[in-house]
Amino acid sequence: MDVLIYLIPASLFLGCIGLLAFVYTMRSNQYDDPDGNSQRILSDEWDDQPKP
Amino acid sequence: MTAALRPSAAACPGCAIGVPEAPEVVKDARIMLSLPTIHCSGCISKVEKALNEHPGVHEARVNLTLKRVSVEADVAVTADALVGTLAGAGFEAHELDADTIAATETDKAGRALLMRLAVAGFASMNVMLLSVAVWSGAEGVTRDMFHWISAVIALPTIAFSAQPFFINAWSALKVRALNMDVPITLAIILALVTSLYETANSGHHAYFDAALTLTFFLLAGRYLDHRTRAIAKSAAEELAALEVPRAIRLDDGAEVEVRVAELRVGDHILVRPGGRMPVDGVVTQGTSEVDRSLLTGETVPLFAGPDTAVSAGEVNLTGPLTIRATAVGEDTSLHRMADLVAVAESGRARYTPLADSAAKLYAPGVHILSALSFAGWYLYTFDLRTSLNIAAAVLIITCPCALGLAVPAVTTAASGRLFRRGMLIKDGTALERLAQVDTVVFDKTGTLTQGTPELTNLGDHSRRDLQVALALAEASSHPLATALALAARDARIKPADLTDLTEVPGYGIEGLLKDRKVRLGRASWVGAKAGQMTSTYLHIDGNDPACFTFADRLRDGAEDTVRALIKDGKQVILMSGDTTPAVEGLAERLGITQWVAEALPGDKAARIAALTDKGAKVLMVGDGLNDTAALAAADVSMSPASALDAARVASDIVLLGKTLAPIPEALTTARKSTRRISENFRIATVYNVIAVPIAIAGLATPLAAALAMSLSSITVSLNALRLR
Repeated sequence: MDVLIYLIPASLFLGCIGLLAFVYTMRSNQYDDPDGNSQRILSDEWDDQPKP
Repeated sequence: MTAALRPSAAACPGCAIGVPEAPEVVKDARIMLSLPTIHCSGCISKVEKALNEHPGVHEARVNLTLKRVSVEADVAVTADALVGTLAGAGFEAHELDADTIAATETDKAGRALLMRLAVAGFASMNVMLLSVAVWSGAEGVTRDMFHWISAVIALPTIAFSAQPFFINAWSALKVRALNMDVPITLAIILALVTSLYETANSGHHAYFDAALTLTFFLLAGRYLDHRTRAIAKSAAEELAALEVPRAIRLDDGAEVEVRVAELRVGDHILVRPGGRMPVDGVVTQGTSEVDRSLLTGETVPLFAGPDTAVSAGEVNLTGPLTIRATAVGEDTSLHRMADLVAVAESGRARYTPLADSAAKLYAPGVHILSALSFAGWYLYTFDLRTSLNIAAAVLIITCPCALGLAVPAVTTAASGRLFRRGMLIKDGTALERLAQVDTVVFDKTGTLTQGTPELTNLGDHSRRDLQVALALAEASSHPLATALALAARDARIKPADLTDLTEVPGYGIEGLLKDRKVRLGRASWVGAKAGQMTSTYLHIDGNDPACFTFADRLRDGAEDTVRALIKDGKQVILMSGDTTPAVEGLAERLGITQWVAEALPGDKAARIAALTDKGAKVLMVGDGLNDTAALAAADVSMSPASALDAARVASDIVLLGKTLAPIPEALTTARKSTRRISENFRIATVYNVIAVPIAIAGLATPLAAALAMSLSSITVSLNALRLR
């Protein structure tokens, strides 16, 4: 079971990455407009070139 | 909404001449617009495209959830110009007061709660996975290691995530009271302490996962609760922000558009026909009629000439008036009404929310049970460690996890459902109070009626009279004239040929019919005797005056609503500040047997207080300033979106559409949701009845605690969702 010594820190580290990603999305206002975001992804307006 | 009708600053070229251009400021202006009609991705790109092509606009971003667009633009760009651009693209838009909205934009409390929820969720899942290893039979050193890792994750997480509960519990304990947060805090702390002690002594059971899951579920309930309230609050603030309060001040004869907040006593203010008085004042110039219906409920417009006192909130009807401000801002009669409201606000204070009454029964019960099992086991085994362990298990198992979700889950589902039907629930306990209602009190003007008149005696007049009256009425924008013209046009009457048409503001319209003088207007002006009904008089030189009577046009759904409420066994009462014949007529039309006319604001509140003293649960529906005190005195209150700001603030529920139709349905939904809440309490109790004996018997393992907690929480949430 010595492998746990590597596995547990590794899994916690990966979990922390997820948590930090969530914090980032929250800080950058990505939960302010859930309805709009679900509709925007369907728009093909910027499909050919990125929004300037 | 008045916002769209406001004269635009940029579209009036005359105003700009002679006024020096504002110096170019580098900082961009931020403009917020409300877009009530957008609903799809096509709308988003059309709106953003239209706005981005508008000269001076740097960036426009639509928020579909809030149905708003925020625009970064040069200072020179005005909201009215943008509203025009959007109207060209086919979208209805209204300006929002950016200062009022700013408060809701960054919902700091909501974010902090979401953050705590996320951290608790992350930690509880990790610890749960570690616990799975322990439950499946990890032994000795491995188990101890897993417990220690769990402790390292759990302690900082609890310290961060469970803070709201600790703070609430502490503030309750400080005033020697018990709330739901006291047993929660005790359970979490006791679970952590015993688990740490067990871990240090290589014990079998640690409750780190239970403490974290508990925090997670409870935070989820809190977050739901907060979201419901935040949505209602932001929608209510949006209604307030729609009325950008501006007035036209006369500075040495020049018209300057200023914010109402900048007006001072002694300022001269121009109020155009159709505009609302921004302040209390005295008329110095011009004659007109004013509509006081929002303040008093009277439907008949009153004459206003020099030296007439006018109050903020009255609407100027026919001619431009110049008024000298005598009271501004907080001193206006509009604001003084707030004092009445503060006195009357008892309906809400009397009510104990279901959750609180549950907590009152529950919190002491849990503590006593836990203390008893500790004492019992200690006396039986004289083993402090075992008895503490069991006391902690009892607290964790009984902890009101499902109870914490029972109310918010249902209110969230119910408010969401009613919001889609056009009702805004502003207060968390409004639904519970609405469910008990057995008496419904309606205001007349502006609530059951639209406040716009309708001609009632078209058939009594000769064709020629009608032709003359139509020709005269079409020259005015007075509400009675408009209603007369509309009815005559509908009856296919052609206007007579009149010459020299002139409107005499405050009195009526006159003209010449082949050298005979004709007049349409006030009774005294045309030489008629004034009757009791709302009416206008036609006088053709040489003939007797003819009387046109009017009744208020009913609001959409008013008849159906009243009928549905009476059929439902509710007592329906009509209370109005209007004259007796007008109120009696409407009551008969709608089949309401109990009515009160000529009621002063204080009367209304007193009558409602008398009703509640007799044990009735009163729902008050009203819109005017004269209703505010009554709205606050009733057990639960509603107002239409067209109501004055003060009335909307005083009411628990705002009807967003133009119709009254959602009221009966709201009562049904409220009853249903209260039933769901008590069902949820029962579900939680059943779980406790099963789990508590097991815990007291000392058979509760951390696995059993985790299962009981998750199962009850999920059942409660699913039961709430059935309401959708």
